Amino acid sequence: MHRYLFVLWRPVQLLPVLFGISVLVFAMMRAIPGDPARMLLGVRSTPEAIARIRAQFGLDEPLWLQYVYFVRNLMHGEMGKSIIYRVDTLKLVDARLPPTVLLVAGSVLLAVMIALPLATGAARHRGRVLDHLIRLVSTIGLGLPAFWLAIMVILLFSVSLGWFPVSGYGSDWLERLHHLFLPCLTVALALSAVLTRNLRASLLTELQSDYVTAARARGASENRIFWRHVMPNSLIPTINLLAVNIGWLIGGSVVIETVFAIPGLGQLLVKAIVSRDYMVVQGVVLVFALATVAVNLLADLLTVALDPRVKP
Amino acid sequence: MTLLHVRDLTIEDRAGAALVDGVSLSMRAGEILGLVGESGSGKTITCRALMRLLPGQGLAIRGGEIRFDGADVLAYSEAQMRAVRGRHIGMIFQNPASHMNPVMTVGRQIAEGRRLHFGASRREARGHAVELLRQVGIPDPARRVDHYPHEFSGGMLQRAMIAVALACEPRLLIADEPTTALDVTVQMQILRLLQDLRDRLGLAVIFITHDLGVVAQTCDRIAVMYAGRLCESGGKRDVLAAPLHPYTQGLIDCQPSSEGGVGPMPTILGQPPVASRFPAGCRFHPRCGHATAQCEAGQPSMRMAAGADGHSVACHHAADRPRAVTRPDRDAIASA
Repeated sequence: MHRYLFVLWRPVQLLPVLFGISVLVFAMMRAIPGDPARMLLGVRSTPEAIARIRAQFGLDEPLWLQYVYFVRNLMHGEMGKSIIYRVDTLKLVDARLPPTVLLVAGSVLLAVMIALPLATGAARHRGRVLDHLIRLVSTIGLGLPAFWLAIMVILLFSVSLGWFPVSGYGSDWLERLHHLFLPCLTVALALSAVLTRNLRASLLTELQSDYVTAARARGASENRIFWRHVMPNSLIPTINLLAVNIGWLIGGSVVIETVFAIPGLGQLLVKAIVSRDYMVVQGVVLVFALATVAVNLLADLLTVALDPRVKP
Repeated sequence: MTLLHVRDLTIEDRAGAALVDGVSLSMRAGEILGLVGESGSGKTITCRALMRLLPGQGLAIRGGEIRFDGADVLAYSEAQMRAVRGRHIGMIFQNPASHMNPVMTVGRQIAEGRRLHFGASRREARGHAVELLRQVGIPDPARRVDHYPHEFSGGMLQRAMIAVALACEPRLLIADEPTTALDVTVQMQILRLLQDLRDRLGLAVIFITHDLGVVAQTCDRIAVMYAGRLCESGGKRDVLAAPLHPYTQGLIDCQPSSEGGVGPMPTILGQPPVASRFPAGCRFHPRCGHATAQCEAGQPSMRMAAGADGHSVACHHAADRPRAVTRPDRDAIASA
């Protein structure tokens, strides 16, 4: 198959995955103990009122029919109404999406900006002081618990230095970036440790390759060999590692957004779970799942673009 | 005219063991030299030293002289050396698949030398790469130039690697076992290609191999290495038809005969020594049937053999033994 056709074909291949996700999310919501109708009406509701609400939300239909309605509504962009906020779930998700996207994207960008020079420095000075130092730092970074790191970062940059706000989310773009910097840094420190170690190892392996010797025999300089030959080859495994970690990051935003009080999807999810706002939980989980699939799709496409050996 | 002159080249590892010890070679333009020896005899290291690209860490040139086109290569700075690599000396390798960058098109790898040494534009270098691919016999070069290494077969890739090495019209080509990883029919094609290039471009070729059959077909001269030292060198016919060193003799006897003789194949008994434990005296003496107390005591130096032009040998007893002891079918190889 032609490489460019793959860009269209790969999403089609993901249809079964999407089906699986919808079934899983649907089943998960039904498996949670508690009755949404009772939740909505309160403890002292009459059985008649509950039955009426159940009928209204289609909860008295057979399970398979409920699933069909669920998927049909999704197709129309309907994820149900929030019991607490009394608005469409989609509206809520829409409002809470930007902070989370910014948080994840910012963290990844920052992590790459930290990891790339560190891995390069370590690999190009293998076995020397710089390499040992970078390895030590990245090992420590791997070992530090995220919550502790978050507290330390807040203590240093907000409380002592006063450079960044402790928590919250600004109203204009500049303010938002200012607010998001610390949470992004917290995530990026942990993520960059993983990336640095992986990329360093990958660079060192590739530096030993025969094609490096061949490039030297052609008269290529060490700089050229490193950036033109070694780096593209080394990035391939690291990109896949990054994709896996972004999936984990999307889930991890729940913790970070709670700690830093960022009004994003993660925070919305926590609140929705606590208040048994089923439709919202369902909506956010669905968005998280779709985002994870999308990131992996992007990584797949990137791998195909970078590595001609990968058969689409 | 002498293109390459190597004198007393000595290469040591970190522990001070001489992996290559006092090797001297001399080559003229348009000559194909077969450098023969077992694995670990130092032939690859010797050739890498010519480009100052010693493999592995801790290897260093400890003595001797390398003159390429009259200039002292060992006195060059790293930048000067880079200007020689690929430009005046090209190299092709045993395993083309691993020596090509898998994520770069073959064309761009061929073009790289042109761009580095001649400052050619991307378009010029690409056009030149197409022409080179045509020269080394790759069909449909204009399409193939944009293919990646994994889309080439082994033989085609070896041709492409030869094109990489030829990109800047070097005067010397070092071919490190270029046919070992290929099947026999493809081997023949590559050997013919190298000879053809020599004839057309006046290229000097150092051909590293352990296959005497290949040497017999392609080379003009032969140098035999054992345990880091040269033990015999001379014209192809002289060395193959009348080997003077017992090791060369042994190598020739180990070649499978086309007559399909009955019984086990002849071998040279024992193992080649490792660099840190080279024996004193002649390094071959523990495996040599002719060894005497003299061989244990002193290392023989390369000496001209009487009566043969440029045929030298490093053996204490070369003069004592009768020459021309090869079996009849060996002469057939030698005259091929």
